[in-house]
Amino acid sequence: MKDIFFLSLAFGGIAALTFSLTRVEKIAAPKFAKDNDLVLADVDLVAEAIDSAFAEDWSARNLSHADQVNNLLVARRISLGIAGTIPSLAEIREFESQPESEQIDWWVARLLEDRRTSNYLAERLTRALVGVEEGPFLIFRRRRFVSWLSDKLFLNKPYDELVAEILTEEGLWTDAPAVNFYTRTISQNEESNKPDPVLLAGRTSRAFLGMRIDCLQCHDDFLDTVELGNAEDLRSGTQQDFHSLAAFFSDVESSLLGIRDVKEHQPYEYQLLDEDKASVVVPMVPFHAELDGKESNQRTRLANWVTHQENRPFARAAVNRMWAIMFGRGLINPVDEIPLGGPFPKVLEILTDDFVSHGYDLHRLIRVIGSTQALRLNSAADFTVTPSHENLVAVFPTIRLRPEQVAGAIAQSTSLTTINSGAHITTRLMKFGQQNEFVSRFGDPGEDEFSDRGETVTQRLLMLNGEMVGERLENILNAPSHLASLSPDLDTAVDVIYLTTLTRHPNEEERKQAVSGLSGQDRERRGEEVIDLYWSLLNCAEFRWNH
Amino acid sequence: MMVNPTDFIQKQQTHFHRRSLLKMAGLSGLSWLTPLATRLARSAEADQRGKAKSLIVLWLEGAPSQLETFDPHEGTMIAGGSKARKTSVNGISLGDGMQQVAEQMEHISLIRSVTSKEGDHERAIYNAKTGFRPDPTLIHPSIGSVICHQMNQEQDRLVDIPRHISILPSKTPGRGGYLGDQFDAFKVFDPVQPIPDVAARVETKRQLSRLEKLKFADQQFLKNRGNNSIIGESLKSSNLDAAIRLMSSDQLNAFDVSQVSESERAQFGDTPFGRSCLAALRLIETGVRCVEVTLTGWDSHVNNHETQAGRINILDPAYASLIKELKKRDLLDSTMVVCGGEFGRTPWINPLGGRDHWPHGFSIALAGGGIQGGRVIGETDPNPQRESPPKASLKQPHPIEDVHATVFSAMGIEFETELDTPIGRPMKICEGKPVQALLDV
Repeated sequence: MKDIFFLSLAFGGIAALTFSLTRVEKIAAPKFAKDNDLVLADVDLVAEAIDSAFAEDWSARNLSHADQVNNLLVARRISLGIAGTIPSLAEIREFESQPESEQIDWWVARLLEDRRTSNYLAERLTRALVGVEEGPFLIFRRRRFVSWLSDKLFLNKPYDELVAEILTEEGLWTDAPAVNFYTRTISQNEESNKPDPVLLAGRTSRAFLGMRIDCLQCHDDFLDTVELGNAEDLRSGTQQDFHSLAAFFSDVESSLLGIRDVKEHQPYEYQLLDEDKASVVVPMVPFHAELDGKESNQRTRLANWVTHQENRPFARAAVNRMWAIMFGRGLINPVDEIPLGGPFPKVLEILTDDFVSHGYDLHRLIRVIGSTQALRLNSAADFTVTPSHENLVAVFPTIRLRPEQVAGAIAQSTSLTTINSGAHITTRLMKFGQQNEFVSRFGDPGEDEFSDRGETVTQRLLMLNGEMVGERLENILNAPSHLASLSPDLDTAVDVIYLTTLTRHPNEEERKQAVSGLSGQDRERRGEEVIDLYWSLLNCAEFRWNH
Repeated sequence: MMVNPTDFIQKQQTHFHRRSLLKMAGLSGLSWLTPLATRLARSAEADQRGKAKSLIVLWLEGAPSQLETFDPHEGTMIAGGSKARKTSVNGISLGDGMQQVAEQMEHISLIRSVTSKEGDHERAIYNAKTGFRPDPTLIHPSIGSVICHQMNQEQDRLVDIPRHISILPSKTPGRGGYLGDQFDAFKVFDPVQPIPDVAARVETKRQLSRLEKLKFADQQFLKNRGNNSIIGESLKSSNLDAAIRLMSSDQLNAFDVSQVSESERAQFGDTPFGRSCLAALRLIETGVRCVEVTLTGWDSHVNNHETQAGRINILDPAYASLIKELKKRDLLDSTMVVCGGEFGRTPWINPLGGRDHWPHGFSIALAGGGIQGGRVIGETDPNPQRESPPKASLKQPHPIEDVHATVFSAMGIEFETELDTPIGRPMKICEGKPVQALLDV
């Protein structure tokens, strides 16, 4: 009896696995797609305006533009951008079963309801907000900050409210995770134990306003690279500007109760370059002073000014960063160096208008960008691709994957099921451990995340011979082993390998080549061939670049 | 497919045969360098002697106590009972535990007055490794990365293995920063372990078949991309050739300290750090420009004396043997050895018997590469007053970037040159001033 039970269990398992190769778990339709047709239509209109703006740019400069790619590749780009991984086999099957015209909207909606997306976007934004270092011991909890931000992004909290909360929050780094924005800057060897106003001023400017004014910390701008004042009447930045911004943080202190404002106002003192002694610097916003509400609480006053509806640099910075996350480069680069007075690409302005008028809705911003033709353009073209083509998005930029994208894609490609919050805890833990080790050896790009730092021999070796690729391919619980032993036929096996690694079906030449390698082999050799094919695809340029 | 773990261990240790390597070379379009060319380049390098050509950093992470290592003050209150030991150079004493290093003192000089503005480990490590304070808009390259960037000559192209290596790396191995990831240190661990990621995971025949498949896959992708003026070249060349060359290079043997006689290994100490110093020596012989060897565990907030003594027992034989062997092999003149951590420790002992962080006057030791041995720069106060500013009585203070300037100067690197950073901000290689008194003959 026991034997029969065991056998039926074993056969049941095998049958289920075989079934999974062709048809896998049913994925619930995203809620958004059903309820918001009206908003979706509106999204399409904005995307069309963006498409026209790009088309005007191309024709003004006489640039050719690339053709469109198929929807699966667009889905791969979107997944890498906002979820840091590639679609699973199950997701690809479901994607392909959608009507073609609805596939991308369906996919974006699905990703926005998936914790992979909020977790990944939270990590990307956290880099800009608090950096990547471990920071001060105990009082800085980076993980708490990331998971707090992930929750907010998942619930689509308006971005202006999110930033206001970060700037004004009080409490302990564990209970009120937003305050880690402040505790990150505390130098634990200073007796005062105060968050550092200078670091906070630089961070506020870069992360929320998309402006690098750090050089003004020590001297006035002598290269004419920092424009302040207001957009209509620009002037060069001064050291006074920087410290007037820093002065907004003079009342913040850290105590056993966490971050809070001191009861008695503490003036900010600094010795400017041309002065003999330190003097009090009063808080003043660096531009658009007319939007400053002059509230009595310094942090509230700063937050209200930063997030003011008419403070376009704030919205522009968010839009440019989100574009960069999805395209690998911003509409203006570096992403946090957007001149106050422009010139601004028309597309940036269209998106900024839309972002502000729709209540700083980050999900909507992602939907709009996801609906543009720009995201559907081929990265390869039959004309010479120059920097102008990439700058004006006449081709999709070909960008090296970031280390965690490579790790995420390796993990997902070697799994037949989706590794998301619904996956088994051991699967997720294994991926987490392998990914951390991989990223550490690959080299984390740190905060400066949008510049291409070049590929290293070490990175190449890690892909060729490293633990993660090796273990993911050789583990008998992963996709390669299942495919080798349970695939109904060789064509299906090859198709699945290409879908899971490169998110596309093989072309005829590739299919023939792969099938001929697999056919006529004994069971063991066939297993090796499957692994070797996987290995070659994980190592090829098509896998390692977003294209 | 079932995988027998022992198969893999064996496979990892299998080296490729020359013929199969040639096949792989053919596959990757690689041209082979002859041993003769290597020898010629080495001899050309030897002709230009007098300047330092490579650097070994013995990185004591966690911050060693100057009072128990390079700057003892026996008999004073701040010594806290720690003793000093005479060295081979009259008038210079070291901490009592530095027995073997003391015998090499004629080759080593000390700066006992190094200062840093950073008192937090993470920030001070950045400061010590790059010569710059952390800057939120820019990542500065570490000293080894700068050296590899600046000293990229014919002989460097004959080195198959990475020219910048970090053995026993902590969380912060040397980074290329704004120079690019290609200047990051290659991370390896205790030399008794296999070098990570350099051995193919399958036997040669299967590896060749894999590379065939990879070549086919890349060709498919590259079909329409040769006309991309931005990334076309980097897509095509990639680093596959270099990676394959490295995997099969005889130079990898430099990591394998098991090839060295037992007595030689023993003199470095039977510890991961000792073995790593021995590997560093062999790597320098092979042509590597910069090796960083890390010894952690110096952060003695509690039980300072025991903690320091434990670390010194590991440091002493390894450091002394490294100097001795470099000298014996006629490499000391061309190899600078820098030994130190991110800051020092307080002159006062805290209630837990520990010493806390002290960036206001600590020691860095330099040897070889044109450094005149047996000299001491700067002096810390044997009776500092807690009420006085910490640096008040420090003689000849040198900010840590002066150590960088000294190294660059000895290497003939024009460190005041401004490099263009990716954000367009020009940045000097180093803002310190060389400690000329260590270099003047």
